[in-house]
Amino acid sequence: MTSVWTQLEPHLADVEKPARYIGMELGAQRREHRPGRVAWLLTYPDTYEIGLPNQGLQILYEILNERDDAVAERAYAPWGDLEAVMRRERIPLFSVDTHHAAGDFDVLAFNLSAELTYTNLLNCVDLAGVPVRAADRHPEHPLVAAGGHCAYNPEPLADFLDFVVLGDGEEVVSEITAVLADWKASGRTEGSRRGMLRALAGVEGVYVPSLYEVHYDGPAIRAIRPRYPDVPERIEKRTVADLTAWPYPRNQLVPLTEVVHDRLNVEVFRGCTRGCRFCQAGMITRPVRERPAEQVRTMVSEGLRRTGYDEVALTSLSTADFSGIESVVQGIVDDPSTCGQVSVSLPSLRVDAFTVGIAAQIQKARRTGLTFAPEAGTWRMRQIINKLIREEDLYGAVTSAFSQGWRRVKLYFLTGLPSETDEDTLGIYELARNCVEIGRSYTKGVSVKASVGGFVPKPFTPFQWFGQNTVDELYRKIGLLRDTTKRSKGLQLTWHDPRATLVEGLASRGDRRLGPVIEQVWRRGGTFQEWSEHFRLDLWLQAMADHGLDLDWYVYRHRTEAEVLPWDHISAGLHKDFLWQDWQDALAEVGLPDCRWTPCYDCGACTGYSIEHVVASAVAPAGGSQGTGQDLSTGHLVRTSVPVELRSRKLVGVGP
Amino acid sequence: MTLRSRQAEQPAARERRAFEAAPAEQAQETGCSRQAEQPAARERRAFEAANTRIRIRFSKFGKIRFTSHRDVARIWERALRRAELPIAYTEGFSPRPKLSFGLALSTGYESHGEYLDVALRDALGDAEVHELPRRLAPALPEGIEVQAVVPLAAGAGSLQQAVTSCTWHIEMGAAPRSGVAHAMAGALAAPELVLTRQRKGRSVTDDVRPAILSAEVLGAGTIDAELATQPRGLRPAEFLAAVDPTWRADRVTRINQWTQVGGARREVIDLPPAATPPPHAEVRAS
Repeated sequence: MTSVWTQLEPHLADVEKPARYIGMELGAQRREHRPGRVAWLLTYPDTYEIGLPNQGLQILYEILNERDDAVAERAYAPWGDLEAVMRRERIPLFSVDTHHAAGDFDVLAFNLSAELTYTNLLNCVDLAGVPVRAADRHPEHPLVAAGGHCAYNPEPLADFLDFVVLGDGEEVVSEITAVLADWKASGRTEGSRRGMLRALAGVEGVYVPSLYEVHYDGPAIRAIRPRYPDVPERIEKRTVADLTAWPYPRNQLVPLTEVVHDRLNVEVFRGCTRGCRFCQAGMITRPVRERPAEQVRTMVSEGLRRTGYDEVALTSLSTADFSGIESVVQGIVDDPSTCGQVSVSLPSLRVDAFTVGIAAQIQKARRTGLTFAPEAGTWRMRQIINKLIREEDLYGAVTSAFSQGWRRVKLYFLTGLPSETDEDTLGIYELARNCVEIGRSYTKGVSVKASVGGFVPKPFTPFQWFGQNTVDELYRKIGLLRDTTKRSKGLQLTWHDPRATLVEGLASRGDRRLGPVIEQVWRRGGTFQEWSEHFRLDLWLQAMADHGLDLDWYVYRHRTEAEVLPWDHISAGLHKDFLWQDWQDALAEVGLPDCRWTPCYDCGACTGYSIEHVVASAVAPAGGSQGTGQDLSTGHLVRTSVPVELRSRKLVGVGP
Repeated sequence: MTLRSRQAEQPAARERRAFEAAPAEQAQETGCSRQAEQPAARERRAFEAANTRIRIRFSKFGKIRFTSHRDVARIWERALRRAELPIAYTEGFSPRPKLSFGLALSTGYESHGEYLDVALRDALGDAEVHELPRRLAPALPEGIEVQAVVPLAAGAGSLQQAVTSCTWHIEMGAAPRSGVAHAMAGALAAPELVLTRQRKGRSVTDDVRPAILSAEVLGAGTIDAELATQPRGLRPAEFLAAVDPTWRADRVTRINQWTQVGGARREVIDLPPAATPPPHAEVRAS
């Protein structure tokens, strides 16, 4: 084992934010590497500030380090200034825990959270001194693996990955470790890599791309078939049935330098069945599995005491849906041991579940910004995307917020959704402006920020067949909104770069033929594509042209029902005919209720794996959900000004 | 850098107290004195009582030297909470712990003596203050070590005002340099040393010679220098550049922070002789 620290140290004074490379966080582990231990390097293919808080990697870090047959360390993509030093001084990618060279590990395991990090993955593998293409690797090289949400369509990275893990990693990492331990014990002899990969393919939830062959029919895919009879035709995702058994991270890492989400994070449930049709996370993480409230309280109080944080985020895909959320939040903010100094943040707030009660609780210690995601501007559009929020739900939520003293509210919207008209796009302006109006009756300094992102259709969603809007069309829609909001006081519009949206769409639904494109963009310096100052659309367009690939075919084209999709051999549990039916319902503007509190409509996520929802509450949360506990008949009412009854609601429910 | 010092906060806090009624009963049940708003006079008495403000001296060595001044401030906030010290908080919508740091130490530099003032909600007994270094040790990361904690007298000035100069140990790296002593002697003998440097985004040219209080060449590339922090401070890297523009510091350690007490120069908190580390004998963690 070699540490690169002595080579690295003299250069750290010359690079930006050197503290990202020193490790030493509270919770960091430095366990001994031994021949009998499979060494995992858990790598986030973006900077330390973005990657350190990643809960998935932190959970696996702990689970692996609890095992006697494994050791896990962490690495992050070095920023450009350090990368230049590393390449010049021949310093390989290293772990921040012990500064061991990445090449000394058995597995380089990447978290894939965003498509635009794909080129960084290649860069990290290359910096590790490992051939970027899986086919060029030998017994002495580490395996290159990936997991995370983007891994549900790993095809664009198929050439570079030895194996891919689908779904929850808590259980499967141990099964993989057992296979790799055998391989390590056998001496990693020449040719043994193939046998080990075959054994890995037998682990449920593990996909080995090189064991599958894609048959083409012109630009279309005819079939994706395993090369060997013992390799499964379909790779099923893994799902942890009960979160109670996995109270991780137990020792959340506390960084020495500033990172995003720099706070205690406690996952209150996994999965979401609201069924928003654009949302890949909600589709692939089903069913809903709540953590018992008592365990949440314990994890929060122990976590705060151990870390010294004064902020805790209760994380999930829609935290306001958690059974008994108000009492949990109240318990935290009123805990006498923290003297009212702890603030609670609830990411992913659904407007129909945001009540004055919650608003009053979370602003006790510190008032953080509030973000709501109506996603679309008109009721018609929200029925299509199955985000069944009535306008009055949104106005009720912002009324709660403003009445409790908030002045700034952020609203998230998507544009470029299926069948979107200019009226729908401009509905974004209408909604946001009405929120400003409501705010005015409470405060002079109201600020509403509407953030608009171009919609990217994702695999395993009902919208996976939809042709993405072109860059020009997205620019036109954003321009429309920009012109309209220009003179609107208190309303600010921000938007995601449509050119970045294009590349996300390309990678999101791409196939194996994109491998050389990604490689070329990386070789020509296209790393850190998530960072606007580094994003290079020209490199992507050139690489597509050089490889004879057509953007229109990959991104803008509507898919047909019969078409073989590049990820058809992978399963997130969802029946393809369920998704198709939901796509047809979307086009017919028909909503679908939340199945937590209504009869099962057999999407496949529970029935296919013999698991069930774990939800403490027998009824939908306050405000209802997707038609359960709600009267949606007024949803279509288009309101052009602030409803009078909302103005009079100002003081209802507020007070001690 | 001062993180929302007590001095800065008080007028605003007073105003707010006048605004708020005293919902003391409800908050007192939770045993939290911040929430239990007491009348202003009583709170001021509590502040001025002994040991409601403490001054901490700590060292910073090894890998952790790559953390910034802001990072160290955050590390301390969390450490004080982890040690369950009754820190006082500012009031308002966004309460922050009342911590006040001394002169910033550049990222990458090490130090034998950094300082931090902490305001407390409740007074600590002398024995508790004495115990603090041991209590804080497990809450701090490797490389940050508490050397001493003293109660701070009421009305004690801020660290930034108190410190007038610092002694630095500067190593210029492995490459042996000839003529360092000669160049230094020449620089010190010159009537003025003009240096152009960036201050608050502007280019400033002035004579930095008065800020060099002493400088001693210990070896080929090793210098001990005492540099003023007031009225206009001189940083170690600037000091080297003023003497010879080609000189670069490889490793820099703050040895002392000096105050003037009755015309005499004194370290902010003197360590007992036994506890004083022998100069430059610090074992490096990295």
